[in-house]
Amino acid sequence: MNEPALEAKGLHKSFGALKVTDDVTLRLDAGSRTALIGPNGAGKTTLVGLLSGTTRPDGGCIALHGRDITRAALAFRVKQGLVRTFQVSSLFAKLTVLENIFLAVSENEGASGDLWRPAGRRRNLIGQAEGIMERLHLTNSRHRRVSEIPYGEQRLLEIALALALEPKVLLLDEPAAGIPTDEVGVLFDAVASLPPQIAILMIEHDMHVVRQFASEVYVLVHGRVLTVGPPAEVMASPEVRAVYLGTSGQSRFAGGAQGA
Amino acid sequence: MTTDGSPFLERHRLRPLEAAWWLMALAFFFAFPEYLAVATSVLVMALFALSLDLLLGFAGVVSLGHAVSFGIGAYVSALINLAGWHEALTGALVGGAASGLFALAIGPLILRLTGLPFIMVTLGIGAIIYEAANKAVWLTGGDNGLPGVTLDPLFGIFHWSVFGQTGYLYVLGWLLVLFYLCRRIVSSPFGMTLQGVRENPERMRLIGAPVLRHLVTGYAIASMIAGIAGALSAQTNAFVGLEVLSLNTSIDGLVMLVLGGVGRLYGGLIGAPVYMFVQHFAQQQWNPYYWMFLIGGLLIVIVRFSRGGLLGLLDDLLRRVRGGVP
Repeated sequence: MNEPALEAKGLHKSFGALKVTDDVTLRLDAGSRTALIGPNGAGKTTLVGLLSGTTRPDGGCIALHGRDITRAALAFRVKQGLVRTFQVSSLFAKLTVLENIFLAVSENEGASGDLWRPAGRRRNLIGQAEGIMERLHLTNSRHRRVSEIPYGEQRLLEIALALALEPKVLLLDEPAAGIPTDEVGVLFDAVASLPPQIAILMIEHDMHVVRQFASEVYVLVHGRVLTVGPPAEVMASPEVRAVYLGTSGQSRFAGGAQGA
Repeated sequence: MTTDGSPFLERHRLRPLEAAWWLMALAFFFAFPEYLAVATSVLVMALFALSLDLLLGFAGVVSLGHAVSFGIGAYVSALINLAGWHEALTGALVGGAASGLFALAIGPLILRLTGLPFIMVTLGIGAIIYEAANKAVWLTGGDNGLPGVTLDPLFGIFHWSVFGQTGYLYVLGWLLVLFYLCRRIVSSPFGMTLQGVRENPERMRLIGAPVLRHLVTGYAIASMIAGIAGALSAQTNAFVGLEVLSLNTSIDGLVMLVLGGVGRLYGGLIGAPVYMFVQHFAQQQWNPYYWMFLIGGLLIVIVRFSRGGLLGLLDDLLRRVRGGVP
């Protein structure tokens, strides 16, 4: 099993004259914990969009478990285990927290075509949804509509939807953004408790988190991969420091690299 | 309310207040035997509005061409009747099946569209089918319609009297069965999925849902129910005319639904009688030409003061009576 879980080769994407993704080649093996870092506007979210299929590439190809999915439909990718989350939550606003998670569980379990049996009596599906709610500490808000819960909880729900789909490859776009500091632990505990064989790519700015989470780091600058390597190596690279952080961020960055 | 209080876990359970509607419909049968004919057409329109609620209230699909489904059911059931098949139940089922098949055929093409383009396409299809039926005199009778629909006694026992007793109970029976079907559907995982599509179709794709397929399924069911409503209209009026396909029919259904309350299943069941009562009352007691003035005013007031139609107002009222505790 040395076939990569997700592999992208020579990805290109331009918006007008602006090259947002420029010849990006990326490989996630089963079980990999990979971080994607880079300054604002480097094209990190676009890259996750290309990999997940929400954005169409202008060139290059993407393979999931060795199967070409460059032109595959969104739903197909998800059914094959490729799941993403959004930096800005994209949820079902008028439905409750439990209903949101139920939707994902029901689709994942192939129950969404059942027109007859009441959803409220599908104990196995509801049980699964409740388990996920507990992991992300959302149980107290289970019957509140998404539009009524705090933004931090919406962010956790965003992750909950992804987990409910039992992904094989998980793309997390700044999962911690918007979660209050004292609740961030809930998120990273949930990510840490995922089965080890899942491949995870996470966009993250906090270098402490990157160092703890990732075994490999991609640095993206102006749409190109500047460098790839283990966190300590990448953070020590003067090139990364200069280009990615500029002079003002040097000290913060150095702090993160200490003890690595 | 149980401890849970979740609409989604509770949706399949019958609430006591619901029984009131069905008991009143039954009581009407005994209390107003002289109005059964008009009441039957109210029930037909309630069924039509119910089918629209499945589409609009749950899948979030706004159609201005739902009369096409109603009309196809009406014409198909009338045509097989005139060809010699006089059994009522199967006649209505065939009409519904025809409308369902129609939806399966055009659904995959039109349900890729959303918003204004979709609304305009449904309007366009409605106009085309209407004019096609107008032109195809050999099939539809054109302006003259198709008179002479005659039915065998229901279950071989109940004759179709001129006073409409059989017709009223027949349509009420259909309404009960199809209402139960809709209720099962909206409380099922599929019903939840439709609501997910209504809220955020893009996100539904990202949880792996085949959105178009779900929408086509929902549309086909709604169209089938509308087709049965059309067939019932043909059977109980013993006649089909072009107006079953007209834009007016689509709009009437929509207005009844919005008056009653969208997304509650009972919206059409409340809206249809209110609409038709106001129409009747205004036409006879006030002015036979300007009655839409009253409907228009009512619509504005309802939409202005309640997002949930008359049923929304009722909810607010009940909540206030119970002292703010839902």
